[in-house]
Amino acid sequence: MRLRVVAALAGLALYLVVVPLVFRESRYLLGVLTTASVLSLISLGVWLTFAIGRINIGQAAFALVGGYTTAILSVKLGVSFWLCLPASGLVAALVGAVIGWPILRLKGVYFAMITLTLTEAARLAALNGGSITQGATGILNIPLPGEVTLAGVVLVPAFRALNVHLAFYYLAAILLVLGLVTVTRIATCRLGWIFRSLRQDEALAASIGVNVAKYRVLAFALGCSFAGIAGAFFTVSQQSIYPSSFGVPDSVYYMLYCFLGGLSYVSGPVVGAFVLFLGFELLHGLREYQMLTYAAIMITLMLWLPNGLLSLRLPARPGVKADTA
Amino acid sequence: MIVMEVRELTKRFGGLVAVDHVTFQANQGEVLSIIGPNGAGKSTLFKLITSFLPRTAGRVIFQGEDITGLSAHLVARKGVVRTFQETTIFKEMSALENVVIAHHLRSRATSVGLFLNTRVARQDEAAFRDSANEILDDLGLSRVRHEEARHLPHGHLRALGIAIAMAGDPKVLLLDEPFSGMNPEETDRMVAMVRGIRDRGVTILLVEHDMRAVMRLSDRIIVLNFGRKIADGTPREIQSDEAVIEAYIGREDDELGI
Ligand SMILES: Nc1ncnc2c1ncn2[C@@H]1O[C@H](COP(=O)(O)OP(=O)(O)OP(=O)(O)O)[C@@H](O)[C@H]1O
Ligand SMILES: [Mg+2]
Repeated sequence: MRLRVVAALAGLALYLVVVPLVFRESRYLLGVLTTASVLSLISLGVWLTFAIGRINIGQAAFALVGGYTTAILSVKLGVSFWLCLPASGLVAALVGAVIGWPILRLKGVYFAMITLTLTEAARLAALNGGSITQGATGILNIPLPGEVTLAGVVLVPAFRALNVHLAFYYLAAILLVLGLVTVTRIATCRLGWIFRSLRQDEALAASIGVNVAKYRVLAFALGCSFAGIAGAFFTVSQQSIYPSSFGVPDSVYYMLYCFLGGLSYVSGPVVGAFVLFLGFELLHGLREYQMLTYAAIMITLMLWLPNGLLSLRLPARPGVKADTA
Repeated sequence: MIVMEVRELTKRFGGLVAVDHVTFQANQGEVLSIIGPNGAGKSTLFKLITSFLPRTAGRVIFQGEDITGLSAHLVARKGVVRTFQETTIFKEMSALENVVIAHHLRSRATSVGLFLNTRVARQDEAAFRDSANEILDDLGLSRVRHEEARHLPHGHLRALGIAIAMAGDPKVLLLDEPFSGMNPEETDRMVAMVRGIRDRGVTILLVEHDMRAVMRLSDRIIVLNFGRKIADGTPREIQSDEAVIEAYIGREDDELGI
């Protein structure tokens, strides 16, 4: 237990202090790590729906909702990014709750398929949103995050006055740490047990007084809010959003990061997103064979470690349990 | 004292009337058994009472309050708790974890309170753990409390199913074939446990095919056939009831233990 705390703190120091100090001028590497952090955040949201036993291939839809929320609020209404960010999470959560209420009655392949459709529906909505979403043109020239002051003291300087890549790296890192802490807390408190009970048997959960519909929606909407926040981040860091910014392939990737990282662990989606996204970038030198090699590696991983990369860590677990019995 | 009243409860599946205008009352602290041939509608009746299936018609009154049409989790919260005919447990949790989470309906903390680990949440958690250990002791499961549920033998699984239901502190407990698949010794032990639960003042509705156990346990018996109630009385009255014998003719001779 203590070893794990030390390891977590060391990882945190590496992530928040060492990496940004050493690589502050390498824009490419910082950019890749920043993207991996935000992809991890999105995938953590998908993991929450896995926790209640639903395969969610609709996460890109909610990233789109968050992205457009930020784009519209900041460009058309001049709202500060620092308000847009939580607002995007909130709007995505609300949309998630409204859509989730009916569709979470479905299970297995039916739920997965309808969420997949949702991703495409969100793209079509953005494409045909008239002057609100500006159709295929998208919304451009989204301002960088401005400064945050409290009683005359500058808490966060305007991003354009900073090393922008480093600033976004830090923002992504802080969001991911907050997301990870939140999900870890959920998984360890009774909410986590309730979610697991839903995954294992919804009828039995209802028989012990669990409001199945409510907790299903809670888990799903919370997961959607992660997508909304991540969508807002990407929109601002790229200063633009299009209907195609987040699509079906993205939804599939977010789900795969969870699978390949390991569904039994909160850190699964983070490990999955970092390993796969960094791996993809490392294969860059292979040029036209990059995609093919990447796909081959993913398939091999799935066959070799069906319970995810993190299952490498605990090979002896079932045996240990049997021994203590 | 009447604790539960079922009035004209009816369930239609397309053309099939699985439960047909069934009316009965359950008295406080009794074991009331519901027997009948396979497909008679016993499990369906339980699912209607606990709102696991929407009814076609009829009412369920619990402690003077109409609970028909409440959501299943709310019926459980009122104190009307069912077990399942098929072994139903949280497979990927230990026996103890199964029973701790089953205390959920006694929880006082909100979702936010659980997340922030407020004092109420911590108190609940500690109380649930103690109570869960007690229930596991009572049902003879204390030795396997840390065993993952899916590795437990059948007899223990049936007992765990009852332990889960007991965690909600039910006033009326509906047991659907609790002795199925058990050998005679296991059944004897479970019969004693069910008596123990009854002696604590819990009213028990029991669906069971093991007639020896039913005759020993029941204060009263209701007989269903093709969804209809055909008899209602003490074990002795039921054993000599013409309609009941008729319903069972052509079935295993000793099924009624007559
Ligand atoms: N969901 C359903 N849809 C359609 N028909 C159903 C459904 N559930 C039960 N039935 C039918 O209703 C009738 C009563 O079933 P039920 O399970 O209540 O019988 P039972 O008395 O519990 O039988 P057993 O002793 O075999 O458990 C059966 O004919 C069954 O096929
Ligand atoms: Mg049945």
